[in-house]
Amino acid sequence: MLSYAVRRLLEAIPTLLVIVALSFFLMHSAPGGPFDSERVLPPEIEANLKAAYNLDKPVWQQFAIYLGNALQGDFGPSFTYKDFTVSELISTGFPVSLKLGLSAVTLAVIIGCTLGILAAMRQNTKTDYTVMGFAMVGITIPNFVMAPLLTLIFGIYLGLLPVAGLGDGSIRNLVLPVVALALPQIAIVSRLTRGGMVEVLRSNFVRTAHAKGLPEHLIITRHTLRAALLPVVSYLGPAIAGLVTGSVVIEQIFGLPGIGRYFVQGAINRDYTLVMGTVITYGSLIVLMNLLVDLVYGLMDPRVRYD
Amino acid sequence: MTAVLEVRDLKVRFATPDGEVSAVNGVSFDVNEGECVGIVGESGSGKSQLFMSVMGLLAKNGRTLGSAKYRGTELVGMPVKALNKIRGDKIAMIFQDSMTGLTPHLRIGKQMTEVLVQHKGMSEADARKRALEMLNLVRIPEAGRRLAQYPHELSGGMRQRIMIAMALLCEPELLIADEPTTALDVTVQAQILDLMADLKTVTKAAIVLITHDLGTVAGLCDKVQVMYGGRFMETGTVQEIFYKPAHPYTAGLLASMPRLTEERQEKLYAIPGQPPNLQRLPKACPFQERCTYVHDRCIDELPVLRQVGDANATLTGHTKACHLVSLQNPVSAPHAPSINVAADEARSA
Repeated sequence: MLSYAVRRLLEAIPTLLVIVALSFFLMHSAPGGPFDSERVLPPEIEANLKAAYNLDKPVWQQFAIYLGNALQGDFGPSFTYKDFTVSELISTGFPVSLKLGLSAVTLAVIIGCTLGILAAMRQNTKTDYTVMGFAMVGITIPNFVMAPLLTLIFGIYLGLLPVAGLGDGSIRNLVLPVVALALPQIAIVSRLTRGGMVEVLRSNFVRTAHAKGLPEHLIITRHTLRAALLPVVSYLGPAIAGLVTGSVVIEQIFGLPGIGRYFVQGAINRDYTLVMGTVITYGSLIVLMNLLVDLVYGLMDPRVRYD
Repeated sequence: MTAVLEVRDLKVRFATPDGEVSAVNGVSFDVNEGECVGIVGESGSGKSQLFMSVMGLLAKNGRTLGSAKYRGTELVGMPVKALNKIRGDKIAMIFQDSMTGLTPHLRIGKQMTEVLVQHKGMSEADARKRALEMLNLVRIPEAGRRLAQYPHELSGGMRQRIMIAMALLCEPELLIADEPTTALDVTVQAQILDLMADLKTVTKAAIVLITHDLGTVAGLCDKVQVMYGGRFMETGTVQEIFYKPAHPYTAGLLASMPRLTEERQEKLYAIPGQPPNLQRLPKACPFQERCTYVHDRCIDELPVLRQVGDANATLTGHTKACHLVSLQNPVSAPHAPSINVAADEARSA
């Protein structure tokens, strides 16, 4: 298993190179540049700026320079956040997004799985319909609607929780953004869990377990769950990568200094280095999470072979 | 002889979007201590569902009517908690599909010991010893190693042996084997049947063998019940069913068996037609559409089981649900008991 993991990590290097190259050339072929603004700069200044950032060279040369620096851990200065390097921006913002995202994932797994199991065990009853109805609502209401609603109810009308910001950094400040981030995930996880459970509960080995006279709780925990949660695991891998890299909507609404906003702002401002930084962060996480999913699969299903 | 299982007028119904399916339509029989009963029928005859309902294993849309008693305790409608004290312990079942019948992510050892821990309150260590004994009893080579293996690491025959060993762990009084050899290849089938024949003498369990294979029945069973359209068509000893079949359906089944001793025929015989649609069963005899001897009475009156030969005798031994006097004399027996379906319908209309 270890050699498999190592091999997968080595395989990730060319994957990441392709991702980096594709985004670099795509971004540079998009019209506009980091120093285009409504106020036209004097040509001399623009030429100086471009020379300072190597933008006067051919694109392939720029790419070679960028790659060379990046391989040495230097992701360059941000074009729009003056006096900050991309590494500084991401390393200060990422912990905030990570904390938020991991809390949301934990919440989604605990509540989503519980609800999904309940719904599957009481299939086609009121419990099932209530849970699935809630899940449908959770999936369809966008977070830019859900987040202000939560703020309005719990922050303003009830005055229970802070409306925005990290405040003194206590958990109270994270409750609303985490809940807003987790709600759609709870919905998706509960649907996936229910689907997996319903399928496995119909399988022959569960029938055998019933014929053996095992109590319901053992049939669920020992004979059903591991097989039923496989789809949830496959979903969670990429979903975690997405969640811990922040959500621009949630971070804006709750005024949190995560890295979610850099994805959008970087692209809009043509902040080439910042975009590349976010792409590399997200890409590495996706590669890592997919590897984790495959390893967890092996733990959950002994039929999975690594070779 | 005491009955381990008494079934009376058992019916199984399934609610489907296209209407109600009548899988089992009122069967009554006893399984006595130490006896081996064969239930024979083609696919869709209701033979499996009959015992699924006894075990409380019907699909969610299924319901059971009538009565099935284990040593006087009613099983139909029994709460699951109470039923769980009986199934796996007193009544055990093995299934057709050994490939998918074992939990893929649990080691064989765990799947076996959990039965003993549950029913006998054994410690994990004692249960392991007992599981090992059972694996040896069903002649699994390197039994000790098997306990640590997962089902996918074993062959189909091996898995079916493990299913059998698992069913016998608690020394059940009744073992229901639902087509235990169907999914296996022929040589393994023979091994499993040999094993079951041996186990019949070793254990004191009564055995119900559900199968579509008359050959399997001949080698193992004392009694045979032939099922069609969710009803018993004929019951009797193995000798009676094989050498003196009294129902046209049984005779048809026997005729469609390939025989090594006979000269090669042009074509293997098959009963003409299709098994009945269980959603729209004929009102009277379920076999009417395929029977060579069909006459008016078969369409109006549902034949009920009666003694073969002497029609007035009590229901023991060789019985059939057919209006004919006999296959040699295929005219309607005037005194054959039946339910007049036409009259019933007229009354209800």
